[in-house]
Amino acid sequence: MEEELQPEYGPKWSDQRVERMLGALVIFVVGLLLAMIAVVLIRAWPSFAHNGLAWFGPGGDVDDELNAISLSGQNGTEYVWTFHAWPLIWSTILITGGAVICGLVSALFVSVFIVEFAPTWMSNVLQPVVRFLASVPSVIYGLLGVLVLVPFIGNQLITEPQKASVAGVISLTGYSLLAAVLVLTVMIAPLMVSIFTDGLRAVKPGWVEGSLALGVNRWRTTWKIAVRAARPAIVAGTVLAVARAIGESVMLAMLSGSVGFAPNPADGLIFIYEPSRPLAPTIVKNVDQLSSKPANATLFAIAAVLLFSAAFCSFAGWMARRAMRKYGAA
Amino acid sequence: MAPSVATPPPERPQAAPPQGKAPTKAVEGSSTWSMLDRIGLAFCWALGLLFCAIAVAIVVYLFLQGVKFLKLDQLTTPAATGFSETETGGFSDALIGTIIVAVMGISLALPVGIAIAVWLVEYGRPAPLARVTELTIEAIAGIPSIVLALFGTVIFSSTALGFLSRSNEGVVFGRSFFAAAAMLSLVALPLVVASTRQGLESIPRHVREASYAVGKTKAATIRRILLPTARPQVATGMILGLGRIIGDTAIILVLLGATQNFAPVEGAVFPFDYLRGAGTTLTNFVYEASPTGNLNQPQKAYAAAFVLLLMVLGLNAAADLVHRRARKAGTWSH
Repeated sequence: MEEELQPEYGPKWSDQRVERMLGALVIFVVGLLLAMIAVVLIRAWPSFAHNGLAWFGPGGDVDDELNAISLSGQNGTEYVWTFHAWPLIWSTILITGGAVICGLVSALFVSVFIVEFAPTWMSNVLQPVVRFLASVPSVIYGLLGVLVLVPFIGNQLITEPQKASVAGVISLTGYSLLAAVLVLTVMIAPLMVSIFTDGLRAVKPGWVEGSLALGVNRWRTTWKIAVRAARPAIVAGTVLAVARAIGESVMLAMLSGSVGFAPNPADGLIFIYEPSRPLAPTIVKNVDQLSSKPANATLFAIAAVLLFSAAFCSFAGWMARRAMRKYGAA
Repeated sequence: MAPSVATPPPERPQAAPPQGKAPTKAVEGSSTWSMLDRIGLAFCWALGLLFCAIAVAIVVYLFLQGVKFLKLDQLTTPAATGFSETETGGFSDALIGTIIVAVMGISLALPVGIAIAVWLVEYGRPAPLARVTELTIEAIAGIPSIVLALFGTVIFSSTALGFLSRSNEGVVFGRSFFAAAAMLSLVALPLVVASTRQGLESIPRHVREASYAVGKTKAATIRRILLPTARPQVATGMILGLGRIIGDTAIILVLLGATQNFAPVEGAVFPFDYLRGAGTTLTNFVYEASPTGNLNQPQKAYAAAFVLLLMVLGLNAAADLVHRRARKAGTWSH
């Protein structure tokens, strides 16, 4: 109490001053984000400028192109810029899409289960389990995938005729879309569950009770009333999971097979056994080339694509959550 | 733990006499539902049990492998070059590196995160700046860590920041504990902000008014009343942030180094020679020691992953403990 008599929070810690100091820090952080966007775009520009829209298109072998680009930077010859990222983008779309669809379905059922149907002991077990799954480092998922899941897929699931049928194009070893999608699902589903359960718990009880009073059973009430009312939370959780999936680099660098190859669903179901490499692991795998100027620009161009997709997802999630707040939820 | 078959919850007999045994649950059972609804419920159980099974499998499997391959001397000997797994030493540098990075990263993220949360909840003027700040925090949370890492190479390779890493004839190396920790603090920042904010927002308005009424300034109220009250949430945010920092690999790979040993900078004062040099962490070690990495020593990768998992489990337990204590202490939050 004595210190209140002393002018401890006198002119040095006056309210105006504290507010200005905190405001300056906030502006600094906002500025840091803007600087990051600017830096990534400036560094990426040469790669985009030399390729135009063909950057996003198919054509040639991506790995050969990347090699040529980094070699040209080291040899001091004229820089090579040609880069067509379609196989990497396609792989990102397939893996992210697959994982988000699987994750959305399982997360929705699990969060409905936790909030509504599970007996107390079960939800008391499931909640820590979900939190644990969300906190396991991605490199551990990657290690388990490489040492357990990949050999299983390579030896048990893929048959010899299947390996022979694509032998001239690509070798099937177990590093595959399937492995990547399965592990990524386990990584992003807990994230969705935590946001979905928050949304489901915030649904106004009166709405649910009204439906129950009309004689609708609990299962249908949950899906027709509670899940629909929690839609903003479901959208928010899903887009955040998409952002996480797009940005996942290390686990996918270990499991996706690391080949610049675009699996084609038109070839039949075998495409899920084919290796590929999404955008983010491409940066991880080529990080040694950062000193080569054209390779540096190319990697920053990939980073720019990731940054913008992720930023778009965060923005959408933020909008959805704001909508949620407006309805009194969350 | 959980029953092995995915059965729906115990069903109530349909025509139970009302004066018989009292109904165990206040809600209806699933016995009156249509087949499709019951299948859906069974699916819920199956998925719930699957989640538990995956978690148990990860813990048990890594535990078994860890017990098999982890030798205590691995925790005390640094990595060495050699041909077989017996010659290549342990991963003490990685273990220490993880701790260094965690301490440095969180000690940067915590004050900044608390300050941002305080500003958002207690000041938040002008309103547009508050919206922009919220969005910025969301964006930082969503940015892939590999992009943060590339951004870090640009910042820390600049000559002005050469004193934070190794530099050679004007070329700045840009890989150091400082660089990695600075970028990792951005990874932890959104968690600290979100958690602290939640804590501050759950404090009722009358608490602040009571404090102003006895003549405290706003700054004193924040420092003496609000932040101590929100301490459990701040701690939770810190623990979550720590978990994210020790689990991150991409930033370490790009900004800390490709070595498995400390590489202190010669001629610098003691802690700074190590902090300015390259190094490694457990995540980096696991990545490099996995069959897809450069070392390919799966046994040691299992051992290191086991140590890492123990740290994560410890942090989870700590978060639970903080949560439960706060609840018991009966703060306004829950």
